[in-house]
Amino acid sequence: MKTVKKVESNIVFNVIAKGILIILAAVILIPVWNVVVMSFSSSTALAEGNSYFWPAEFSLENYQAVLRDDAIIPSFMVSVAKTVIGVVTHVFFCSLVAYGMSKRYLKGRKIYTAFFVITMFFSGGMIPTYLLMKSLNLINSFWIYIIPAMFSYYDMIILMNFFRNVPDSLEESVTIDGGGPWTIFFRLILPLSKPALATIALFNGVGQWNDFFTAKLYISDKSLYPLQMKLYAIIVQQEFSSMQNVPGSVVLQTSSRGMQLATIVVTTVPIIIVYPMLQKYFVGGIMLGAVKE
Amino acid sequence: MQKRHGYKYHLKEFKKQLPYQIMVWPGIIFVFIFSYIPIYGILIAFKHYTIIDTMSSAKWVGLDNFRIVLGDKYFWQSVYNTLGISFLRLLIGFPIPILLALLIHQINDGIFKKFVQTVSYLPHFISWIVLGGMIISWLSTTGVLNQLLIFIGISAENKTILLNADAYWGLAVISDIWKEAGWGTIIYLAAMSGIDKTYYEAATVDGASKLRQIWSITLPLIKTIISFQFILTVSGLLGSNFDQTLVLKNTQNISRAEVISSYTYEMGMVQGDFSYATAVGLGISIVSTVLLLVTNVLTNRLNDESIL
Repeated sequence: MKTVKKVESNIVFNVIAKGILIILAAVILIPVWNVVVMSFSSSTALAEGNSYFWPAEFSLENYQAVLRDDAIIPSFMVSVAKTVIGVVTHVFFCSLVAYGMSKRYLKGRKIYTAFFVITMFFSGGMIPTYLLMKSLNLINSFWIYIIPAMFSYYDMIILMNFFRNVPDSLEESVTIDGGGPWTIFFRLILPLSKPALATIALFNGVGQWNDFFTAKLYISDKSLYPLQMKLYAIIVQQEFSSMQNVPGSVVLQTSSRGMQLATIVVTTVPIIIVYPMLQKYFVGGIMLGAVKE
Repeated sequence: MQKRHGYKYHLKEFKKQLPYQIMVWPGIIFVFIFSYIPIYGILIAFKHYTIIDTMSSAKWVGLDNFRIVLGDKYFWQSVYNTLGISFLRLLIGFPIPILLALLIHQINDGIFKKFVQTVSYLPHFISWIVLGGMIISWLSTTGVLNQLLIFIGISAENKTILLNADAYWGLAVISDIWKEAGWGTIIYLAAMSGIDKTYYEAATVDGASKLRQIWSITLPLIKTIISFQFILTVSGLLGSNFDQTLVLKNTQNISRAEVISSYTYEMGMVQGDFSYATAVGLGISIVSTVLLLVTNVLTNRLNDESIL
């Protein structure tokens, strides 16, 4: 009874596969949950090390400390600003170039393409780029987050290919109604390309929110620190002074741990909440990039 | 026979397309400024360039900077750490997304599948700074890991993995896999979903088990994408994770934690030795390109096809 044996071995396979995947999910969710739980624990509970899967002593004190800190809210605003402004400018700029490049009859298109492609293989490196930013007066400026991030050849390619799929007849109908390329771009192409634009926006947005390197390299002005940089300062350099504004508070070593954790949760919660809803965009984005290989 | 077009024709054509040209040229200018101009700065690798110098005032020293770099034991230590971590990550971390994708691909339960996939992407969206903070919390003396070990009875006292240099490579690799394995399945699942279902149906009729089907159908058909990912990974062997290193390193584990990118940052931006850092950057770029080409050629031989 060969077929019966094979069906049994398939069932075993399925059970093992599901088991492994459940362990995978647990290995990811449990530690993260632990961090959230500890952030809601009082400092005494943390000192005793009792909160693992539920706060031994529930407390909002860590979050209160975070709100009291006069540098966390500004950092949050910096992160929001750089993400929103950065994404909008990036998507617009890449789309603009992509639309021009999508016209196969564009004069010099092959030269432009070569010009872009070469930069994927050669780059100046950390120091020459730093010196360039310095000469452009972007050091310690908010615009360092925005301007160098405006264009990405890779994103432009994805949009260009997407635009090429818009039927010529649609563009022609706008032309017949008296519209020029700019009208076509704003009134036809952009609205039709929402999925591709959303994908690019998503990847870029995550990049902006999680970006640490730009601030570390180019910013020393603390008022321009994004949340990631502020978090780095807390964790590695342990600057708690701005959080201890309450007179007479007792500073325990583990209370600083609680505040670190609350800051961590605040820093990462926006993305954690948003990403599950946008799965189809980033999964599709990877496919777009892969299919073009 | 076509008449050869004069420049007037081309000019007229160009003017007709002016709107499109205007759309493209900002991109050209942008790339020129932000990608090409820094390439000129590579010359710094051949000069003695101090913070107060300019390109013209800095003295030409030829290959001296490279000699200094190659003679620096801390540089070689960072290379050792980079290669060690990268190789471990390749060995352990490269197959894992493939294996996970194979498992997920086999699951028919739609809700379970979606749930597992969604959860698996979560660590990718956590930044290294956040993750570093979490790791420090988990591995601290009162953290989850230690309590777990004590509970199981493995250790009677608190271990300090974070301060242990020998543990760093393992820590870096495992945390990186934890963070990126789920995300890495996407591209393999995309490739697997392109496989014609009738192959599997025919195999089931022939009595092939799922394992057999994976081995004979799935794996061979995604060979191309695996090779491509492999080439990308190997060519990035000399690359290192700046964010991860900066948040996990400390004075106790630095002998095993300092990698090329963090060491370059230290030498170039903290100590201001621009020449040194640029020389390292240039050297690493060249070696990485060679690695890319060599791996591509080797994979061609194995696969009888070209990826690039």
